[in-house]
Amino acid sequence: MIETPDVLVVGAGPAGLAAAAAARRAGAQVVLLDAAADAGGQYWRHLPAERPAARERILHHGWDRFARLRGQELLADAQVWLVERHDDRPPTVHALVGPADGTAREKRVFAPRALVLATGAYERTLPFPGWDLPGVFTAGAAQALAKAERVAVGRRVVVAGAGPFLLPVAASLVRTGARVLGVLEANPWPRLARAWTARPAELFASRGKAGELAGYVRDLIRHRIPYRAATGVVAAHGDGRVEAVTVARLGPDWAPGTERRIAADAVCVSHGFVPRAELAVAAGCRLDPDGSVHTDAEGRTSVPGVFAAGEITGIGGADLALAEGSVAGTVAAGGADRRGFTGFPARLEAAHGIRPGWTGWLTDDTLVCRCEDVTAGDLRAAAEATGSRGLRSLKLSTRAGLGACQGRVCGRTVEELLNRHTGGLLDPGRTANRPVAALVRLGELAAHHEDHEENA
Amino acid sequence: MNPADDPVRPGPATAIELVVDGRAVPGLAGQTVAGVLLGAGRRTWRSSRSGRPRGVFCGIGVCHDCLVAVNGVDDVRACQRRAADGDVITTTDEPR
Ligand SMILES: Cc1cc2nc3c(=O)[nH]c(=O)nc-3n(C[C@H](O)[C@H](O)[C@H](O)COP(=O)(O)OP(=O)(O)OC[C@H]3O[C@@H](n4cnc5c(N)ncnc54)[C@H](O)[C@@H]3O)c2cc1C
Ligand code: FES
Repeated sequence: MIETPDVLVVGAGPAGLAAAAAARRAGAQVVLLDAAADAGGQYWRHLPAERPAARERILHHGWDRFARLRGQELLADAQVWLVERHDDRPPTVHALVGPADGTAREKRVFAPRALVLATGAYERTLPFPGWDLPGVFTAGAAQALAKAERVAVGRRVVVAGAGPFLLPVAASLVRTGARVLGVLEANPWPRLARAWTARPAELFASRGKAGELAGYVRDLIRHRIPYRAATGVVAAHGDGRVEAVTVARLGPDWAPGTERRIAADAVCVSHGFVPRAELAVAAGCRLDPDGSVHTDAEGRTSVPGVFAAGEITGIGGADLALAEGSVAGTVAAGGADRRGFTGFPARLEAAHGIRPGWTGWLTDDTLVCRCEDVTAGDLRAAAEATGSRGLRSLKLSTRAGLGACQGRVCGRTVEELLNRHTGGLLDPGRTANRPVAALVRLGELAAHHEDHEENA
Repeated sequence: MNPADDPVRPGPATAIELVVDGRAVPGLAGQTVAGVLLGAGRRTWRSSRSGRPRGVFCGIGVCHDCLVAVNGVDDVRACQRRAADGDVITTTDEPR
């Protein structure tokens, strides 16, 4: 049976929750679904209903707002694995509902009048020697484990990378019993100051975010956690697990300088975020050059009937995701709304964007692709040996980006490195183009085909 | 973290037990398989192609580093799967 809601919202993070609520207010019949077991997305990732806690709000911002939004009906544990394009109507969306990566999940198929994609973003982590040692986590993993499991990733933890997101991660770690040895931002103070203090009126709409960040800074001071600019983790060491990290001063382009070693049992790294755009790509939506989904001020993508909101349209934090979701949901339901200008995403990139000097901390045997164990040296050797300037062929010959994660973790890094080694790739392109958005078992696919044939 | 010291003041939770490589490992209802394993002090449970140890990296279902077998089904992302009482988890790595 194909379900035909007015509006289907994929993703129940801040953007999707706001979109579904707005569409419902506008009178639409809405299905809101998420692959996770509960609403909230990455921002409001929280303890499961089985583990109530009296003061859970101390791990969160905007908890009251979430409390209002989460009352909506949600189709949970619903993984969208395929988006089928049509020329004359919005795409058909296929979901599998049941325990994650299970074998006998329920198949649900939706042909909505309007589709809102709010699938968020995931972290970009640059490789460094030892980054695959157990004890190296993305900052988001540390955050998720602290908020939803009450598990601290280590006892003595270094938080490093770039961006304001490092601050809430440090705050959560402290509230989960870890000692945070430092928060290391790769970019230098002058750049941070220039980007965040110019034309303050433009940032008025983001003042909520400023208040939130000020709270984290107070946390750092209270817990005597040093915050260092122009500094990064350039190597992790240990026998089978992290025992120490090398911390280096970084130049304005992130080229590593003076080093020192500190004992730590975990390091949490985040160098930015990548939009989770694969469903949008499958739907045929145009991307902006930075890999985010292109939308107009009403949240419309380039495909009629398909809207996008939140961090898949650009990295700008939860407040912006909420505002965009609300606009997209209203318009998807046939109402009218448009979003105002915000300078926040551009400031974020100007202040915290990745700089090219980071390759200075790579060694030939630094792993780049964690799935297929491809090193930086392998990539260079392949480019030199074959003389090829084709991304596709170089990926095929090294297997970089072709493993279980389908290049989600290393795709951009592989592309950047090969671009340098080849003097310019002939077929550069974002690696978001994956026909199947999630690993699906062949058995489940076979069952899916039989179903389709029965219906045909 | 230890519930007695936890500033979020956790309420009552239901204990569950997983069987990990033949051994009983305690957890709490609502935890993910990865949460139970990490909570029990286990950091890795898989090896990469060339034998390098792997556990949780991204924590949100993206990297596929954390794969385990659950009740005989391979390639389940431990960070995404909610643990159910009695689940039999098979890892491909020696505990460390
Ligand atoms: C791990 C992590 C932790 C973060 N923690 C914080 C934080 O503490 N503070 C902060 O300011 N910012 C945090 N961020 C940044 C965060 O991305 C934004 O602040 C905010 O959550 C963006 O909202 P969103 O609604 O656009 O997307 P998200 O909140 O990411 O929500 C997207 C939702 O879509 C679902 N989804 C994705 N693909 C599919 C699919 N194929 N099928 C079904 N469902 C799908 C996901 O399960 C998810 O729930 C974090 C980011 C990450 C990656
Ligand atoms: S830790 Fe990355 S998928 Fe589970």
